Amino acid sequence: MTTQPLTELGIPSFRSGTESVPATDEPQTGKDFTSDQEVRWCPGCGDYAVLKAVQSFLPDLGLRRENIVFISGIGCSSRFPYYLDTYGMHSIHGRAPTIATGIATAREDLSVWVVTGDGDALSIGGNHLIHALRRNVNMTILLFNNRIYGLTKGQYSPTSETGKVTKSTPMGSLDHPFNPVSLALGAEGTFVARTIDSDRKHLTSVLAAAAAHRGTSLVEIYQNCPIFNDGAFDAIKSPETKADAIIPLVQGEPITFGVDGAKALVHDEATGGVKVVETADVDAADILVHDAHNPEPTTAFAISRLTDSGYLNTSPIGIFRQVERTTYDDAARQQVAVATGDASGNDDTADRAARLAALISGGDTWTVG
Amino acid sequence: MVAPEKQVKQLDRVIIRFAGDSGDGMQLTGDRFTQETAVFGNDLVTLPNFPAEIRAPQGTLPGVSSFQVHFADHDILTAGDAPDVLVAMNPAALRANLGDLTPGATIIVDTHDFTARNLTKAGYQANPLEDESLADFVVHTVDLTGMTVEAVKEFGLSRKDASRAKNMFALGLLSWMYGRPTETTVDFVSKRFAKVPAIRDANITAFKSGWYFGETTEAFAVRYEIKPATMPSGTYRNITGNLALSYGLIAGGVQAGLPVFLGSYPITPASDILHELSKHKGFGVTTFQAEDEIAGVGAAIGASFAGQLGVTTTSGPGVSLKSEAIGLAIMTELPLVVVDVQRGGPSTGLPTKTEQADLLQAMFGRNGEAPLPIVAPRSPGDCFDAAVEAVRIAITYRTPVMLLSDGYLANGSEPWRIPSLDELPAIDPAFATETNHGEGDDAEFWPYLRDEATLARPWAIPGTPGLEHRLGGLEKGDGHGNISYDPANHDFMVRTRQAKVDRVADSLPPLEVDDPSGEAKVLVLGWGSTYGPIGAGVRRVRKAGYHVAQAHLRHLNPFPKDLGEVLKRYDKVLVPEMNLGQLSLLLRAEYLVDVVGYNEVRGLPLKATQLAHVIADLVGQAEDTTVELGIWGQPSQKEDV
Repeated sequence: MTTQPLTELGIPSFRSGTESVPATDEPQTGKDFTSDQEVRWCPGCGDYAVLKAVQSFLPDLGLRRENIVFISGIGCSSRFPYYLDTYGMHSIHGRAPTIATGIATAREDLSVWVVTGDGDALSIGGNHLIHALRRNVNMTILLFNNRIYGLTKGQYSPTSETGKVTKSTPMGSLDHPFNPVSLALGAEGTFVARTIDSDRKHLTSVLAAAAAHRGTSLVEIYQNCPIFNDGAFDAIKSPETKADAIIPLVQGEPITFGVDGAKALVHDEATGGVKVVETADVDAADILVHDAHNPEPTTAFAISRLTDSGYLNTSPIGIFRQVERTTYDDAARQQVAVATGDASGNDDTADRAARLAALISGGDTWTVG
Repeated sequence: MVAPEKQVKQLDRVIIRFAGDSGDGMQLTGDRFTQETAVFGNDLVTLPNFPAEIRAPQGTLPGVSSFQVHFADHDILTAGDAPDVLVAMNPAALRANLGDLTPGATIIVDTHDFTARNLTKAGYQANPLEDESLADFVVHTVDLTGMTVEAVKEFGLSRKDASRAKNMFALGLLSWMYGRPTETTVDFVSKRFAKVPAIRDANITAFKSGWYFGETTEAFAVRYEIKPATMPSGTYRNITGNLALSYGLIAGGVQAGLPVFLGSYPITPASDILHELSKHKGFGVTTFQAEDEIAGVGAAIGASFAGQLGVTTTSGPGVSLKSEAIGLAIMTELPLVVVDVQRGGPSTGLPTKTEQADLLQAMFGRNGEAPLPIVAPRSPGDCFDAAVEAVRIAITYRTPVMLLSDGYLANGSEPWRIPSLDELPAIDPAFATETNHGEGDDAEFWPYLRDEATLARPWAIPGTPGLEHRLGGLEKGDGHGNISYDPANHDFMVRTRQAKVDRVADSLPPLEVDDPSGEAKVLVLGWGSTYGPIGAGVRRVRKAGYHVAQAHLRHLNPFPKDLGEVLKRYDKVLVPEMNLGQLSLLLRAEYLVDVVGYNEVRGLPLKATQLAHVIADLVGQAEDTTVELGIWGQPSQKEDV
């Protein structure tokens, strides 16, 4: 077996996630991105906040509206594309990353977004999620995690805590939950972040970084389901508790949290992971400085393990990992460009017909009078 | 090479089967003999037959791999029912294939492997070369392996490597026997082993040694001549179904002016299409080897939404997995070509064997009322035209199209008259660029406003300003395409999707019926790869002096508009299929015609002889007479079929 170094393909050097998408000079507002469809989520649903944030964030990208595509699967959050006046597809359960992969590979000039939920992305679509992440297709995946199945009316999900009593688990659920950030890091995702539906500022900043990232960006959004799992994220939302509950990840900053930064993260030599200590008990130099750009995902993974798998009392929030790696779609297009002998990939059709005639006439031929 | 001074016998056709262990290179040997034969100008049909295991236990019956080639001085339709010559490289190959021979057939045996151990492995109690069990056949016992090792010893290969060239020795011998041109094989070996001169030279030497052996040995007193066939004028090449289908997909993309996007997951016997298309990125072809079958079709749907020609290739089990996504393509009304290279089922079934049992899956295998057009090729070369036709329908009607090939077509080959590109249909993607509803400031784009003639909806691709819209799997409101739960709308849309598929029939030519005398009372109707055996069976019955008509369906959904009328013209309609009567069921349901099925699911093509008898029985019933086929009912009559 042989391998072909991708570097010899001449893939364009690293660019931003939206660099090849046509920009607009027209001023845009959130209204431009709002479709005429009536929004039909339950009152109080966290999805409203995310929709509003996305609608008001999209103008900041400065991209032509017709070059933005939102793809979703099935679930409450997957209604999202209907409410955005862009191109979009509300597809089938779990498969949005596959459709987005086809779109992103076919068209460099599109900004491709996937909207999915914890059931859609991690249960029925788990396979597609990890493969999109390892391939690093240029798309941004918004994973709305409410830790419950909403659209099917309240069964436990792959992120529900063990023992959860739901309609399908009257004696408590038995499954150990996924930690979506750990999973994405394990799949060697190049951009992995977590944010909260109700924190518009943080959500928007993460969306901006995710869109700017060239490759698959996974953004887990904690999102409250007021009907079937209300209060799942109260600890990190309530003004009284959130200082102790949120471990903020800020690039280049020491990781401290709690009231007056009383807690900090340090390396745990016993486990090889990281642990929470009282800031006062350690040297400032020992406090972990957040580095999402570290090519090794090990520390990011260790930090992700500080997320409670049961009732959520603490959770790291922010960008865990943000590294550069050639995207699948750039490489695939470049292979086609190299093969067509035209860096733009657009050889003319007449030439193509002539080459087709030559192709089908290849091999050993013979002529009959 | 010098022409031998031996007796030369004229034959009109020969069926040769090369059989050996799956590691013996029988597919390659058969393929090379086929290429030589094609270049010589005979008509030919091939039938490769190999186990699903890459290397089944050596010397055992399950490990036997074979390649049958039927070639003639006239046009032929099948790979032949009974080999005239069997080349058996070991006891298992002899035992596994002996039952297909008729008395008088020639057997060439490599004696080298006829050891006690190998005989036992093959289930022989005694050496068949030493008792009377082969008395009905003309047996040539030759130590092919021993002579090969001797011939190539100058190249210093290990005994194992040296003996591997025995297939080339056998090929050389058979090439001499049938006067095949040798240049293509020498060129092929030179290129294939260019980097390993010792192996290259050993193979060429073994090949030539086989030829010289035939020329000099007294064991083979006769060589044969099969004159080139008279075929319609044109330039020909030999082609397998999977290769022709791949070229057809590329041609469809070129005709439509669209890049082809193949999303696929490896599966036997369809993988060669993925392999082939991945070589042709120069035509703007993108090949995406997905994580699973669903991702393959999902990505293809995404590419179609983005304005490319989405294609996914698979076999029956893969279609099962893709069903939900195909339903999405039906609902979103996006072009998509789904290639199903059918194999034996259900479940994993018989991965390397052929069957036609996915027709009803293609027709109905989705939730809800989910119609799609179905197209089937009839021969390896016809896979090209069928693929172009599938692309035409998919793009013109904005619909997934199922292209039903099968394992026999995929791996079998035949001479193919290379078409001129101007014979191909023009295919216009006709992307929407303008709003289509309302005026002025109220102008909107309605993604489900339809073309009156085709009922196709507009295909507006991302990047087109002002036409932003959302598709999805939820029911669409007529015209505007927004989600609609309205009962009357759903009823209307279900009927409209069906009507759109039915409209494809408007673009189809009338069904060609081959009824030379016009006096036939029996029509034989088939689809897919049974074309060859049915045609050969029909010819036999006609040669015996009876009337029978034949028609073959390229379009399984919708049927050609005149099919019902054609069926009613005949007293009896016979429908042979490699399934338990799937087309029969559709015909009965659609036309209330009492068709007679002939059904076999043996993983092998139908046999012309068997079909001739079935047709004859029916002709006898229809004409109230006794039909005597005479020699035309024998598998190995030495006459024209």
